Amino acid sequence: MANQGNSEIKYLTPITVDVKKKKYCRFKKSGIKYIDYKDADFLLKFVNEQGKILPRRITGTSTKYQRKVAQAIKRARHLAILPYVADLLK
Amino acid sequence: MVRQYEAVFIMTPVLSDEQMKETVSKFQKFLKDKGAEIVYENNWGLRKLTYPIQKKSTGFYHLIEFKADGTIIADFETAFKRDERILRFLTVALDKHAIAYNEKKRANKPAEVAESTQA
Repeated sequence: MANQGNSEIKYLTPITVDVKKKKYCRFKKSGIKYIDYKDADFLLKFVNEQGKILPRRITGTSTKYQRKVAQAIKRARHLAILPYVADLLK
Repeated sequence: MVRQYEAVFIMTPVLSDEQMKETVSKFQKFLKDKGAEIVYENNWGLRKLTYPIQKKSTGFYHLIEFKADGTIIADFETAFKRDERILRFLTVALDKHAIAYNEKKRANKPAEVAESTQA
């Protein structure tokens, strides 16, 4: 009985097997070597609306460039180009 | 060792245009006296700060890119600290990618370069 149950699982709604889009590092792909801390619009892509740095698991950035992104964002914050704390940044 | 550096500093918005230029020239002179070679300069003008610094919500941004020996940087930064017209400053050593990036950026806007070297 137990085996039968395992082999024939019936779902009420068809399960959606979503095809995961492969994440990629945009810096490696487009060959960007240097991340400018003065470019606020670009850095905004890597922070959430509170101004926090987004993790790699969301942006897909490689470790090497994530470090550089973080460094650039921190420099921008120091120069008041990006906020340390924000509400509804986007 | 001579390296290329980039310094951005924010001046108080209470300064008049002339006082602002004077402050900038003070630091230019400082660098020249120490034997640094100024590669590029850019005045961003009055910009809004994303958070208040010393109760000011705006500031004059100025960028200087220069080639200098690393030993003068400490003196350069103390000069910033001593000047109460400066709200914030940041000096960064540029690596080869950064230099290439800056040069490329400048090549795209040649008019602005000519303007800022005159000022």
